[in-house]
Amino acid sequence: MAQEHSAIRRYLLARGNSAIADRVFKSLMVLCALSIFAIVVLIVTELVQRSQLTLHTFGFQFFWKSYFDPTTGLPAYWDPVNGYFSALPFVYGTLVSSLLSLLLAVPLAVGVAVFLTEMCPGFLRAPLAFLTELLAAIPSIIYGLWAVFVLVPLLREYVNPLLVSGLGWTGLFNDQNPTGLGYFASAVILAVMILPIISSLTREVMTAVPHSQREAVLALGATRWEMIRMGVLRNARVGIVGAIILGLGRALGETMAVTMVIGNTPQIKRSMLATGSSMASVIANEFTEAVSDMHLSALIEIGLALFIVTIIVNAIARLLVWAVTRGAPVTQR
Amino acid sequence: MGVGIEVTNLNAWYGANHTLQDINLNIPANHATALIGPSGCGKSTFVRCLNRMHETNPIARVTGTVRMGDLDIYQDTTPVEIRRRVGMVFQRPNPFPTMSIYDNVAAGLKLNGYSNRRALDEIVEKSLKNSALWDEVKDDLKKKSGASLSGGQQQRLCIARALAVDPEVLLMDEPASALDPVSTSKIEDLIFQLKSQYTIVIVTHNMQQAARVAEKTGFFLNGRMVEFDSTHKIFTNPSDKRTEDYITGRFG
Repeated sequence: MAQEHSAIRRYLLARGNSAIADRVFKSLMVLCALSIFAIVVLIVTELVQRSQLTLHTFGFQFFWKSYFDPTTGLPAYWDPVNGYFSALPFVYGTLVSSLLSLLLAVPLAVGVAVFLTEMCPGFLRAPLAFLTELLAAIPSIIYGLWAVFVLVPLLREYVNPLLVSGLGWTGLFNDQNPTGLGYFASAVILAVMILPIISSLTREVMTAVPHSQREAVLALGATRWEMIRMGVLRNARVGIVGAIILGLGRALGETMAVTMVIGNTPQIKRSMLATGSSMASVIANEFTEAVSDMHLSALIEIGLALFIVTIIVNAIARLLVWAVTRGAPVTQR
Repeated sequence: MGVGIEVTNLNAWYGANHTLQDINLNIPANHATALIGPSGCGKSTFVRCLNRMHETNPIARVTGTVRMGDLDIYQDTTPVEIRRRVGMVFQRPNPFPTMSIYDNVAAGLKLNGYSNRRALDEIVEKSLKNSALWDEVKDDLKKKSGASLSGGQQQRLCIARALAVDPEVLLMDEPASALDPVSTSKIEDLIFQLKSQYTIVIVTHNMQQAARVAEKTGFFLNGRMVEFDSTHKIFTNPSDKRTEDYITGRFG
């Protein structure tokens, strides 16, 4: 390269090989990425350390155990004053309210997604999709307030009596408590809260199904519903399951709205209309009042369990959604 | 001014796929060199090894030496520096859709912190004139986006963008294959005019195109270079039977 260079070329040659710039940038980015891991590790170590007391005293029994209260003659699970610590009613409350909320939310969410992707007229699609996703932006305390003032009275006056008379024989809907609070009320409010995430992700995996799949089914003489079932839902099912599990992850950890309507009694009842308590709600309720070391440690251990479960549930869901939408442009139709 | 390229024992892999095998070749400075061959023969991989774009794919691997002038591009320097000296035009026009025409052309210089306004204006004009696009866009330089142009204009915009940094080598990977015949002939005229100032390496499917624009032609087949000679010789009197079969259309 001995020839005379132009001004531009001389300017660019003077910039050197930029090896240091590239390396600095790379290490900065690695640092940013590592900070995420550091945060997770810090949370886990803190939770594990501060729950040492119950971890050592009860071991895994913490999640199974039930006590017998000699004064009332009834089984007891959680009574910090008398030293009873068992997470069983909270695990039960969390599972029951979350799974019930899925039962309510999934058909609705899939219906919304099917309508939006397959049959909605173009001018309605964007506003409707926007509105469903807007539901996700409402703070959970607002949902809680709405539930306390509107939903719970409605359930108490109209829905619960119907459930008792119609489905009371199953044993799942008897024994209505007079407040209207309980598993069923929290499941309904949870269903409203997880609806947007399930429907928007379902919509995303459905739009990732190539148009040629729809045409292939239609060309066989399929009706609209048959086309959606065979050409779209079938191809998107792994992703839809992922969306549902992601909704489950959100329901498991939801705290505020549930705390306001579940009733906060540490008991295990078969009836969905009974009051109960969930893992998140007991922490929110009692953390500020916990005075004994054992009580505090027990609450933190519940937190640790909730943390681990939600992380695993979310990881599974993300993997499933990713497996379906990988590489497919979201807007492709 | 361009520099010559000296390729010795170049091998390249995509994963377990040995896409280039023992390529040896001298590309002359300030001339156009065409690379022809059937799809998947490795000619695109080859040009991507000349500006170290090949290694941006995580499963890709390269061995061998490529010298540009007195610089061994795999030993003496970084990919960043080599790409400042080697321009590239891709198969599909890829202007930056969020930038104006002017900013598209100036992108390479702005990226490098070049901020002399007057000089930039001059370079943008000169580059667009060199790529035969100036007359069509001079009134909308800062008004229109790079993506608002037609396909052929977009490709000439990409050439202007590559020329703006005054590269020593210009790599073109099937630059006209996505264009209509009129745009194609404009691009070919352009290569014909530019080749006295730059070392141009052009990959093409179109043998007439190779014959029209290039002094030298290399024929690739199954990851090997079968023959490299003057374009005239390759197309009239090739020394290898396989080259003859290919250019006479007996396969590929």
